[in-house]
Amino acid sequence: MIEGILGRKVGMTRIFDQQGAIVPVTVIEAGPCYVTQVKTPEKDGYTAVQIGFGQAKRLTEPQKGHLKKLPPVRHLREIQVADLADIQLGQKIDVSLFESGAKVDVVGLSKGKGFAGVVKRHHFRGGPKTHGQSDRLRAPGSVGAGTTPGRVFKGTRMAGRMGGERITMKNLEVVEADPGRNLLLVKGAVPGARNSLVMIKKAR
Amino acid sequence: MVDLVKSVEEQYLKEGIPSFGPGDTVRVSVKVVEGGRERIQLFEGTVMRLRNGGTNKSFTVRRISHAVGVERTFLLNSPRLDKIEVVRRGRVRRAQLYYLRGRVGKAARIKEKRERPTGK
Repeated sequence: MIEGILGRKVGMTRIFDQQGAIVPVTVIEAGPCYVTQVKTPEKDGYTAVQIGFGQAKRLTEPQKGHLKKLPPVRHLREIQVADLADIQLGQKIDVSLFESGAKVDVVGLSKGKGFAGVVKRHHFRGGPKTHGQSDRLRAPGSVGAGTTPGRVFKGTRMAGRMGGERITMKNLEVVEADPGRNLLLVKGAVPGARNSLVMIKKAR
Repeated sequence: MVDLVKSVEEQYLKEGIPSFGPGDTVRVSVKVVEGGRERIQLFEGTVMRLRNGGTNKSFTVRRISHAVGVERTFLLNSPRLDKIEVVRRGRVRRAQLYYLRGRVGKAARIKEKRERPTGK
C-alpha cells in the first residue's frame, strides 16, 4: 500500500465549514502520480517505491531510459513502503488515497530567506530602542563568557542562511479531497512557495 | 490555466445577495446559536465599508445602540448570514465612511440617493 503522493502547492484561501466557521486551507494540486521504480530487498536492500509527478517539458536520455513506457514525469521522489505486494510499475496514484477528516504530513522545501539576522532567524529580542542606544536594535548581544572558556561554543545561535530546507508539517487535517480535479484541501499552512513541489503522506 | 484557488472558492460563494454600497442602510439577519437553539437576530445600520476578496468578502455595519456606537463586520458569503435587506440608499462621496465614528446625531446623517427621474 502506497501511503503518499506528490503535488504542487497552489495557494491558500479560507472556506466555511458546516457550522459556518471559517477554515483556513491550502489548495494542493496532487497527482496523478505513477510508480516509476520498485525497490526490492533483493536488488536494493530495502523496500520503497519511486513515484513521479508532473509533466516534463523534455527529458534527458538517461531519464528517457529510466521512464521507458512510463509517462514523462517531471519530479521523482522515493516513498518508503512496508509491503510491496500489489504494487506494480506504472501504477497510478491519485488523491482518492485520502478522505476528508484524515490526518496527513506534508513535506516541502521552505522559502529561502537568504542571510538572516538573529531576530528573524532565532527570534531574539534585539536590544533596546532608546536610552542612548546606537546600532543595538537587532544585535545578538553576548555570544559567551570571557577568558574562560576563551572561545565561542559550537552551535551558538547566530546570523546566517535561513530557509530553503526540508520541512515536515505533521498531522494536518484533510478538509476535502477531490479526485475529479486532483485537488486536495489541507487545513492550515504548508511549507514552501506557491507552485513548489510538496509530498503528502498519511500521518503515522 | 484555470485559477484553481478561485475554482475552490466558487462553491462557497452565495448567490442572490443584493447589491449595496457604503452609505446604504441595511438590515442583516444573522443566525445565532443560543443554548443549543438557533434563532435569527437582526442588525440594522449604515454600511461603513466593503472589503473584497473571494470568500473573504466582508462588510461593516455601524449603528447607534443605547447611545453607544456599535460596529459589526460580517462575512458576505457566510452561511450564518440569513438575509440582507437594503432599507435605504445613501449618497456618499467616499468608499470608507470612517468619519462617521466621530459624529453623532444630526452630523452623522447621510443624504438619500434618489433614482434619477426618467422621461423629464
